[in-house]
Amino acid sequence: MPLFDRLNSKGASSARSIALWAAILLLLAAPGAALSSGNAPASRPNADEPVVAAAADLKFALDEIALAFKRDTGKSVKLIFGSSGTFAAQIRNGAPFQLYLSADEKYVTDLHADGFTRDTGALYALGRIVLIAPSSSSLPVDPTLQGVAARLAKGGIKRFAIANPEHAPYGRCAEEALRKAGLWTRIRSKLVLGENVAQAAQFATCGSAEGGIVALSLAKSPRLAKSATYAVIPTQWHSPLRQRMVLLKNAGPTAHSFYSYLQTPAARAVMRRYGFELPGEVK
Amino acid sequence: MDWSALLLSMKLGGMTVLLLIPAALFAARSLAYRRFWGKPLLEALLTVPLVLPPTVVGYYLLVGLGGRSWIGSTMERLFGQQLVFNFTGLVLASIVVNIPFAVQPMQRAFEAIPQDVRDAAACCGIGYWRALLTVELPLAWPGVLTALVLSFAHTIGEFGVVLMVGGNIPGETKTMAIAIYDSVQAFDFTSAGQMSLFLLLLSVLVLGLAGGLGRGFGRRHDLRRF
Repeated sequence: MPLFDRLNSKGASSARSIALWAAILLLLAAPGAALSSGNAPASRPNADEPVVAAAADLKFALDEIALAFKRDTGKSVKLIFGSSGTFAAQIRNGAPFQLYLSADEKYVTDLHADGFTRDTGALYALGRIVLIAPSSSSLPVDPTLQGVAARLAKGGIKRFAIANPEHAPYGRCAEEALRKAGLWTRIRSKLVLGENVAQAAQFATCGSAEGGIVALSLAKSPRLAKSATYAVIPTQWHSPLRQRMVLLKNAGPTAHSFYSYLQTPAARAVMRRYGFELPGEVK
Repeated sequence: MDWSALLLSMKLGGMTVLLLIPAALFAARSLAYRRFWGKPLLEALLTVPLVLPPTVVGYYLLVGLGGRSWIGSTMERLFGQQLVFNFTGLVLASIVVNIPFAVQPMQRAFEAIPQDVRDAAACCGIGYWRALLTVELPLAWPGVLTALVLSFAHTIGEFGVVLMVGGNIPGETKTMAIAIYDSVQAFDFTSAGQMSLFLLLLSVLVLGLAGGLGRGFGRRHDLRRF
């Protein structure tokens, strides 16, 4: 019986199990070593590096502003981008964000009413929406969606991307514009919904969709400008995208100074360059 | 390539394995050898994370452990931090979703040990711990190894749950899978491609290593004779 042989001749079998144990320990060693270094807050180089939750349309503009902020003040922030509605829900469930930049001020005022924020924050920009199509697409890109209507009538649109109207403000505005153009019921079955407007932009321009309605600020980003064409949809076609930011209850000094920095001329210039309209400026 | 995300994924995988495998080992052994009332139900409960969408598990964890739940608020009172949107919460979530990946292979391995062998060990007067260490574990080793590797690899690739309870915070809850998702949304396909390729190679390497080790072990110990 090999088993009993093995139980008796302990030397050989324990050498083998030691080898196996060693292999397993090796597998664990790398992450294990990492564990010892990562967890203590004291080991972090910069303790006051607040997490800033920002609407996805700000992806490129805010990256630039954060770089300038670091250059000018030496302080840095952690930026995360997503849908405004998702962030609002996460804040209600205790997400440790210190500053929240929403694409729709309603989320901010609701959070304030329920006691999650310091105040009602500040209006920082007005967003615009665009019809966008990949350069390779033959979809005519015009401000009033006539090309989309014509193409749709001929059955030439299989996929059209917008952000999810349920929790992404840009999705809701896209829906309004499509309703205004009288296309909503016909285009509904062709829609692909992005979790946020950046994902919608990615769907709209990756080539598997004919086009989509996304944020102007994304269409103006260098990465998209190369591969897509767009037309700005008139402001009257959708409810205004009043984008409001607010400091949350746990905001520290760096979050406060980033909040102020966002209202400086330097930051406003970047926002303007990405196609945002700015509060207090006559258009 | 987002190195801090990679490090975080490795840390999460290591932590999950470290905490889950020992507990799952004893659970798997009990399930393999004992009969008790409600066992099918317990087995079903321990397997359910395998078939549930990660978003469902994530939803329950978010609501069950979040700031507004009694667990979440108690934790916050006691330790000053919650269980969602931080690394501790991720570890907890990852343990929950990995239970079936850890328990199943080990349970099968324990079940495959012939009753004669365990009886023989008992006849020799070998106690619980010695029997476990010198008889059962050496025989169930390939199962343990599979459990370990599957849990680790699965944690590295986990996406839905991390997205739901993590909150995508760099250095804290932004794992490799989330970093890839992010870079695709930022149209940064170079970075997404690099990280994806890296994860693919890592997974193949780890699974291949485990498969090879398991088979080598089976040959050396001539397990086919049982």
